[in-house]
Amino acid sequence: MQIDLRTVTIKPLRQTFDHVAAKIGGDKPATRYQEGTIGLQAENNFHYRPLWAPEYEIFDKRRTDLKMKDWYAFKDPRQFYYGSYTINRARMQEAAAAEFEFAEERDLGRSYPAAAKRRAIDVLLPLRHVAWGSNMNNSFCAAYGYGTAITQPCLYQAMDQLGIAQYLTRIGLLLDQPEVLDTAKQAWMESADWQPLRHAVEDMLVTQDWFELFMAQNFVLDGLLFPLIYQRVADSLAAEAGLVLSMLTRFQVDWYAETSKWVDASVKTAVAESSDNQALVSDWTRQWLERSRAALAPVAKLGLGAGSEAALSEVLTQFKARAARLGVTI
Amino acid sequence: MSTVFIAFQKTEDARGVIDAILQDNPAAIVNEQPAMVRIESPEAITIKRATVEDLIGRRYDLQEMQIHLITLSGHVDESDDEFKVSWTR
Amino acid sequence: MDDLKAAKKLGLKERYALMTRGLGWDTSYQPMDKVFPYDKFEGIKIHDWSKWEDPFRMTMDAYWKYQAEKERKLYAIIDAFAQNNGHLTLTDARYINTLKLFITGISPLEYMAHRGFAHVGRQLRGVGPRVACLMQSLDEIRHVQTQVHSMSNYNKYYNGFHAFTHMIERVWYLSVPRSFFDDAITAGPFEFMIAIGFSFEYVLTNLLFVPFISGAAYNGDMGAMTFGFSAQSDEARHMTLGLECIKFMLEQDPDNLPIVQRWIDKWTWRGTRVLTLVGMMMDYMLPKRVMSWKEAWEIYFEQNGGALFNDLARYGIKVPDCIGQATVDKEHISHQAWATFYQYGAAADFHTWMPKPDEMDWLSQKYPNTFDKYYRPRFEYWAEQHKQGKRFYNNTLPMLCQVCQIPMLFTEPSDPTQICYRESDYKGEKYHTCSDGCKSIFDHEPEKYVQAWLPVHQIYQGNCFPADADPSKPGFEPLPEVLKYYHLNNGRDNLDYEGSEDQKNFTAWRDLATKN
Repeated sequence: MQIDLRTVTIKPLRQTFDHVAAKIGGDKPATRYQEGTIGLQAENNFHYRPLWAPEYEIFDKRRTDLKMKDWYAFKDPRQFYYGSYTINRARMQEAAAAEFEFAEERDLGRSYPAAAKRRAIDVLLPLRHVAWGSNMNNSFCAAYGYGTAITQPCLYQAMDQLGIAQYLTRIGLLLDQPEVLDTAKQAWMESADWQPLRHAVEDMLVTQDWFELFMAQNFVLDGLLFPLIYQRVADSLAAEAGLVLSMLTRFQVDWYAETSKWVDASVKTAVAESSDNQALVSDWTRQWLERSRAALAPVAKLGLGAGSEAALSEVLTQFKARAARLGVTI
Repeated sequence: MSTVFIAFQKTEDARGVIDAILQDNPAAIVNEQPAMVRIESPEAITIKRATVEDLIGRRYDLQEMQIHLITLSGHVDESDDEFKVSWTR
Repeated sequence: MDDLKAAKKLGLKERYALMTRGLGWDTSYQPMDKVFPYDKFEGIKIHDWSKWEDPFRMTMDAYWKYQAEKERKLYAIIDAFAQNNGHLTLTDARYINTLKLFITGISPLEYMAHRGFAHVGRQLRGVGPRVACLMQSLDEIRHVQTQVHSMSNYNKYYNGFHAFTHMIERVWYLSVPRSFFDDAITAGPFEFMIAIGFSFEYVLTNLLFVPFISGAAYNGDMGAMTFGFSAQSDEARHMTLGLECIKFMLEQDPDNLPIVQRWIDKWTWRGTRVLTLVGMMMDYMLPKRVMSWKEAWEIYFEQNGGALFNDLARYGIKVPDCIGQATVDKEHISHQAWATFYQYGAAADFHTWMPKPDEMDWLSQKYPNTFDKYYRPRFEYWAEQHKQGKRFYNNTLPMLCQVCQIPMLFTEPSDPTQICYRESDYKGEKYHTCSDGCKSIFDHEPEKYVQAWLPVHQIYQGNCFPADADPSKPGFEPLPEVLKYYHLNNGRDNLDYEGSEDQKNFTAWRDLATKN
């Protein structure tokens, strides 16, 4: 049927769904982020208790010590829903794909200077497993967190970290033979340089308070690791051997800059809610900061040699300034 | 032997894949429904990258199929060159 | 040089293995059983997770690329449909009621699938299945959002869409799909994989997303068609995951067979019961119909499901007993369900109606064994009553099945004139179920099903009134108060389609569009 509707104006009965209107201050047009996020998680009248955790409801506020009057106070400044998320990541992957293709076609891995290659392999490849740990930790938050506003971006973060682990894998395959991945895993499992970090990551894997885990992984550990590796170490490799590795880790740099905005907004919201939350979040940050700093020290040394202590302490100073800006007391 | 099937959205892009299936799977039968095309075949359906590329005149990654695929039934075996749906493994 | 070339020639499988399972490690600072505490208690024995065969091998970059492409296409259509008032090109506004059932009853399940797969994607010990589950978790949030976004425009112009998140937690018939998913997610991770990955995705979603969505297209709903088909393309991945998971369990240890068989029996029946709603949507709520529920069932369940069970026979899996009853039921359930909703149309969040004479003829033709004999006389009687201004509404509350939570509306497999009841005792209380299938599910896990939040029981217990209601006041009328508790706008969201605000608006707006 062909209908010419250009001249028809019909008046809507309402602008958005009731539960969205209730959160955005009345019945007015809502964004796709809002309609695709607000109130989607069930909160009442659950039918059965989980067999695997009968002390909790399916979704339960008591799975963290953090207290919020409204769990939809959390907002993702990127306003990611699935469509905007994937379209954004598709753009980033297109840029990364071009870099990898360029490097692969010209065989830049082969011509990359041997000493720098050794260093890049030693530092970057075991980080595949750290990214995988973050995938697990963020999927934990996505599964057991409360309210779509915070659980949704946690799943995106989990998948992003899987993507990062896969980009690191590709770097390994570009620089060397596939066996190099086994060697890196062996270092992750056995080398003294990596044990404090692996120990910290494994302790996170059994952390039961999901918001503590969110803080430990996304705020603290990544807040030190990304600047350390993808700025400091990448710059040092660039100075020695050109920009190849900087090209191939551009995804991580752009990603960290973007996701930090979301992490910061979440931390700020949690802290601003109450003095109890502020104390709790500060406490978690302090504990995991000390732990992460110690765990990263040998990794920094592996990547930067003599200058590593200074670099790590600069990264730490920046982190503390960031925490203070968000209202976290260290 | 059980029948397998695969269905695609009725779009321009899916045309090349559907034609490639018909070319490489002589037993396949096409069933047109509103907005979709369903292809059935006894035993197996194989989609060959090379055939699709010949038909559409460009490089084709079999994972591109995700864009217009609707559904399928059977075990999937996927490689760079072939995508196979069958009840035998 | 030669070595380098060899490295580049890694095939899809090897490459994918390095990109996924190569990432995991056996923890030693913390015991593996503490990192993965939930994947053993169900009794499923897995000896070697590396034997898992990845069904689809998509790395994240390919996933982003192709899914973004799908999203761009989908939202372009949603935008165009909204901008051009596409809802006015529908065959008939009765169609919109299927979407109300969809957004209130099905979209929230997509959300639960998203969270459920995040949970299982964290908890299974093998990296391969974990990655596949997480990808599915991501797809499922896509599904709920694309559905909400497609229907957002309908919500602006039609009733019954406005409170879907509130209703799924409360309304009597919505506890049917809700409890299905609550049941799955509260089970262990392997049972969840059978319930959702296998039964729901493999055996059942084809029935929803293929013939029903094809019907949406046939009725002029481009938005629903696009989200439906686009979602089902993800389901193709999900189905292969479910199938792989079942085979993996069966191949790992012979002791897994009886456990898996029991889950298959249970979830095939649970799913079949939930699909009653889809059967009714196809036969009664689509103004133009592509095929009958019975035909869809034969193609997508009997034929495809049959092929699947043939394949699983080599592991010792038997076709579930309940299929016998489902085969009898396929000629009845859509009519029985619609008759129920018609009667309880005052308490439903969508409009109901009696089929027009030509629609009854179509039903007679599609259901030669049952429609004229058991259902047409009643439907014609109700239609006649309505014509005389006596539209029939049933004001009593129905008894619900303790397991599937559907009102007791199904008949005995051996006698379509007898309502089927079954009864079990547990700790001195009687519990009622609608069928042998549901009774056997109850009897196996009574401690679970006695927890059910049964809407009718809850109403009788006084838990479904607004906070300010006072049931002890003289003249207290329970039904309007329950509707308030549901956030169901009495007189706008419910009652017969004939005379509804939706009907009036659609006619007026379409006149505006087609006449000068």
